[in-house]
Amino acid sequence: MNLTLRTWALFALVAVLIIGTGFLQSWNTALFILNFGLISAIMSLGVNLQWGIAGLFNVGIMGFVALGGLAVVLTSMPPVAEAWAAGGLRILLGLAIGVAVLVAAVLAHKRLKKGWLVAVIVVGGFFTFRAVFDGGVEAVEAVNPSVSGYLGGLGLPVLMAWPIGGLLAAGGAWVIGKTALGLRSDYLAIATLGISEIIIAVMKNEDWLARGVKNVNGLPRPVPYEIDLQNDPGFVETAAGWGMDATTASTLTVKLAYAGLFAVVLIIILMLAQLALKSPWGRMMRAIRDNEVAARAMGKDVTFRHLQVFVLGSAICGIAGAMMTTLDGLLTPGTYQPLRYTFLIWVMVIVGGSGNNLGAVLGGFIIWFLWVQVDPMAQWLMSAITAGMAEGDLKAHLLDSAQHLKLLTMGVILLLVLRFSPRGLLPEK
Amino acid sequence: MDLLNALVALANFVLIPAVAYGSQLALGALGVTLIYGILRFSNFAHGDTMAFGTMVTILFTWWFQSMGLSLGPLPTALLAIPFGIAGTALLVLGTDRVVYRFYRAQKVKPVILVMVSLGVMFVYNGITRIILGPDDQNFADGERFLISARDFKAMTGLDEALAIRTTQALTVVVAVIVVAALFWFLNRTRTGKSMRAYSDNEDLALLSGINPEKVERVTWVIVAALVTIAGVLYGLDKSYKPFTYFQLLLPIFAAAIVGGLGNPLGAILGGFVIAFSEVGITYAWKKVLGYALPDSLAPDGLVQLLSTDYKFAVSFVILVIVLLIKPTGLMKGKSV
Repeated sequence: MNLTLRTWALFALVAVLIIGTGFLQSWNTALFILNFGLISAIMSLGVNLQWGIAGLFNVGIMGFVALGGLAVVLTSMPPVAEAWAAGGLRILLGLAIGVAVLVAAVLAHKRLKKGWLVAVIVVGGFFTFRAVFDGGVEAVEAVNPSVSGYLGGLGLPVLMAWPIGGLLAAGGAWVIGKTALGLRSDYLAIATLGISEIIIAVMKNEDWLARGVKNVNGLPRPVPYEIDLQNDPGFVETAAGWGMDATTASTLTVKLAYAGLFAVVLIIILMLAQLALKSPWGRMMRAIRDNEVAARAMGKDVTFRHLQVFVLGSAICGIAGAMMTTLDGLLTPGTYQPLRYTFLIWVMVIVGGSGNNLGAVLGGFIIWFLWVQVDPMAQWLMSAITAGMAEGDLKAHLLDSAQHLKLLTMGVILLLVLRFSPRGLLPEK
Repeated sequence: MDLLNALVALANFVLIPAVAYGSQLALGALGVTLIYGILRFSNFAHGDTMAFGTMVTILFTWWFQSMGLSLGPLPTALLAIPFGIAGTALLVLGTDRVVYRFYRAQKVKPVILVMVSLGVMFVYNGITRIILGPDDQNFADGERFLISARDFKAMTGLDEALAIRTTQALTVVVAVIVVAALFWFLNRTRTGKSMRAYSDNEDLALLSGINPEKVERVTWVIVAALVTIAGVLYGLDKSYKPFTYFQLLLPIFAAAIVGGLGNPLGAILGGFVIAFSEVGITYAWKKVLGYALPDSLAPDGLVQLLSTDYKFAVSFVILVIVLLIKPTGLMKGKSV
């Protein structure tokens, strides 16, 4: 089977799986899988750009996804005027001092090469920063903490948050890339893993920014609310015409509207990624990936190109993160786990086929489908196995353990693919 | 007197916890470093191997407790550790046979092995959760305190109390014994020497007739022993929960890298650097400073540099700073 035919066949399989879910389980589940599949596909496109095309091992995807989520709050929530009055400017001043200290330290390090001076600047700067910043934070967090206690956002339309999420992630990636990209592959991986944990730690603890673990809910939506649709006589009539009750019809419509928006973003990013891959730029990136020394000898600026592709790929993950938070309607920093937002995305890229954009998209859909569907399958399997057993602790334990089969399955799939088809379902051409 | 009180408070809240935590990290980091030095990849499954080893030990501990076996004032888990090590050794040797050996034969790039270890991490994670569940498990028994706060106060008449938990003392003693045994093995025995030779220069070692299979097997068994012991000590000292062990991967990696990957002495140094910075930076120094400084200078606030929630972040800030200044760690590590 040639690659084109294989691509079509596998994407048809994904369509069958999702539509089959619709018929066998419910259309709500099918659309849930479709929506998160679209988002996952975008994330794995971003990772594919970094790993598949440029050979950068980034294990900090979770951090960029979270930055995208943060962007939704910062963009679309209305500003809390009272909090701004209480300490907003003081926080901004504190942050400005923090940045100034870092810049001064970097400059001192580069120009003067005096370690003790850098240390003095950093330590002294840290205490100045805390002195200004802490007061502002206390004032802001004291403002009506049960509902706000944070600065709020800019009150812009929520769709604006998607590109802004990309920009925020790109900014984060630039800072990280500047510090960590000089490291060798393993060190880079561990550094990105750590930095993504730092991003999550900041989001969990800095309540003035986005309420921390108190979460921000009620984010604005780019699509109508179900309840408004149900109260719209025209919509109820149309739904009745399709033979559906208004409640089901409204939830499906909302999910479909999201799917449409996500599909547009995915198609745009996919097209850009394909163009990039086939362009001279893409050839250069692959040349750098395959032989860094030779590429350097040919006069390519490897460090700059790595930074470039790292920022681009992370920006894509940021956009996907913003889309996901929009879909959820709330930002919950406590739920960002590396297993789900970093390692699962890696499974998607490897299983789909690293270096092949369509492969990354395919991997996103298939692995997400399995991530959702392994649960009911495992429950069914476990109840089948334990059906003949007497009631007791062992039976209860086995039934209970079905929920953990998900991780095991993902690991086994990853290992099998790496072993028997290391280039993935859709290999690079 | 006040200075003594300050010292006691410092020991109680900073020195003792950091030494215990540092020993646990050092044992974990030694395993990471050995795998990096000899098998030549960063093992992402390390935290979950630790969780598995501890789980086996816990199961044996419960069994021994149900039979009424005990070590008196010491935790029963000590009796179960050899069985935990054996179980873990079987697991990692099996994994090596089924998974890693194939890639070694192909001489793949190290980063592929890192990815493979991600798959192994998922599998171990699943196995542990299926067998023991994801919740907190308690398996500590025996005497709780070596010196309790009340005894210490009665003994010395100071305002500030010092409490040393049995598990903290045990951690340090066991860690010293294990590290001494490991260094004796690496420096004095034939197998240990061949391991070091293999780590320094693979080709040369092969030429001089070292059996790579044996070196790799021995490495895995030592790693199994190190992670099980570190995991059990951590579990006794704090608490056992598979997810916590997965999270421990981060400070352990940080310790190994800060010290210099592939360098056993560095791993120990790194463990203590990370532990002391984590505890020191997130500790509220108000009490110690209040005793140590004259009244006029006593601080008003908590004097806490960062809130305790930033514990994991601290290890990474240190990691990044060290990598920027010394790209191969404090004690010259390897690079692939």
